[in-house]
Amino acid sequence: MNALTEGYNFAYLDEQTKRMIRRALLKAVAVPGYQVPFASREMPLPYGWGTGGLQVTSAIIGASDTLKVIDQGSDETTNAVNIRRFFARTAGVATTTRTADASIVQTRHRIPETPLTDKQIIVYQVPMPEPLFRLEPRVTECKKLHALADYGLINVKYYEDIVQHGSIATTYDYPVLVNGRYLTSPSPIPKFDNPKMHMNPALQLFGAGRERRIYAIPPYTKVKSLDFEDHPFTVQKWEHACALCGSRDSFLDEMIVDDQGTRMFVCSDSDYCHSRRDDEEVTR
Amino acid sequence: MNALLKATRLTKRYEGRGGCVDVDLDVHPGEVLCIVGESGSGKSTLLNALALRSDIDGGALTYTTREGEALDLLTLAEPRKRLLSRTEWGFVHQNARDGLRRNVSAGANIGEPLMAIGARHYGRLRETAADWMSRVELDAARIDELPSAFSGGMQQRLQIARNLVTGPRLVFMDEPTAGLDVSVQARLLDLLRTLTSKLHLAAVIVTHDIGVARLLAHRLMVMKDGRVVESGLTDQVLDDPQHPYTQTLVASVLPV
Repeated sequence: MNALTEGYNFAYLDEQTKRMIRRALLKAVAVPGYQVPFASREMPLPYGWGTGGLQVTSAIIGASDTLKVIDQGSDETTNAVNIRRFFARTAGVATTTRTADASIVQTRHRIPETPLTDKQIIVYQVPMPEPLFRLEPRVTECKKLHALADYGLINVKYYEDIVQHGSIATTYDYPVLVNGRYLTSPSPIPKFDNPKMHMNPALQLFGAGRERRIYAIPPYTKVKSLDFEDHPFTVQKWEHACALCGSRDSFLDEMIVDDQGTRMFVCSDSDYCHSRRDDEEVTR
Repeated sequence: MNALLKATRLTKRYEGRGGCVDVDLDVHPGEVLCIVGESGSGKSTLLNALALRSDIDGGALTYTTREGEALDLLTLAEPRKRLLSRTEWGFVHQNARDGLRRNVSAGANIGEPLMAIGARHYGRLRETAADWMSRVELDAARIDELPSAFSGGMQQRLQIARNLVTGPRLVFMDEPTAGLDVSVQARLLDLLRTLTSKLHLAAVIVTHDIGVARLLAHRLMVMKDGRVVESGLTDQVLDDPQHPYTQTLVASVLPV
């Protein structure tokens, strides 16, 4: 405890709030994919920056945990650096950038390339937990559709995508059916990451601060991306390899590196890219 | 033969006023029943109550399914209600825009009811949609256009296709030809008559237009102030009206 954090509880939130969030988490784990309402608190960062993920992490983190925070796959962006520093200060926990060393990974928009284990928890920051949001504006009707597992609407959207673009045009936040029951938003991860959610050994928790919803995918749960029989779900593919580490099976970001428009493709997962380059140096 | 839909003393009121009171009716398979009456006579209220689109205050309502099971519609569970209204019923709105999804193409509009009951094959959905477009006399080449690209009469036909694609046995229609000009009306009526007889479709049609009733209906019910004042075979009611209100109604039709 230093001068900055004096007067604050461990991991910022008070114990009663954490208990409330844990109750919501338990319910969420018990009903995979179901959105559990919770009393979201004001956090010392704006909505849209990860207030939901922050509260979930705060409720589950312990003194012996090691935290990794990524934003779009990178450990070095403002959002990731600040949230990591926030917990280093308020909870005094160890932080890491290495996926394998972390016990909790808080993420925005990506799932790490390194496979997660059953000793790990991944916390997603979710802007809009309702997958039917753009298709059905009424909240009451959305609830009814979930209650009756009535998800034909998603296919109406995909039908229209195929008519207009020749294929399903949703590339991120691609809705999934969890455990064959609830339609769930995977948060705005690229659809490239959707297959990683299926039967993942790690516990996956989702927090939406502004929308006040928590949901979860327990370890080893079936997660299916919705599609048509004759237009099956596929993930993005690149003609390039990562310019830095040469990986051909990770998610690549396209970067413009000079005024002439020269393009470079690099891994979005910075830890994965670094560790591959380190390994290369060792073998050299 | 068992009635498809049977209502007994059906009542739906708005805070003790208006609506419809103590309506008895039955619709048999393949039969077209028209409900006529002036604005505010409770005919649309009755239609919405029959189609379970609004709560019902009193009475009984039963429906006999394809399998011959008699369902008490007032106590039916919500999932079953939805399934029923998707597989056995259709509902054609007065304004096509109420019954169509405006931001998706004609094909998606026709395919939506099928996707709602589990169809997940794009190619087959498209084939079915194109087939139904030609069955309601729309150009199947326009399958990818938005409903707004179609004229009023075409939108109404699109709505009818969307309702018939699941192969319902009973269709509710609320003033299906109102707001269309007469020549378009005539084509639509002709289409409806052909479809109902070809598909052996039962229909409950609400209209204020005696001409529509004369052309389509097997049986007629006349409503006034929420009550049924006269009912019977169409020709019988229109050619020999007994109730003073029906007499006024028939006499009000403008001769051409």
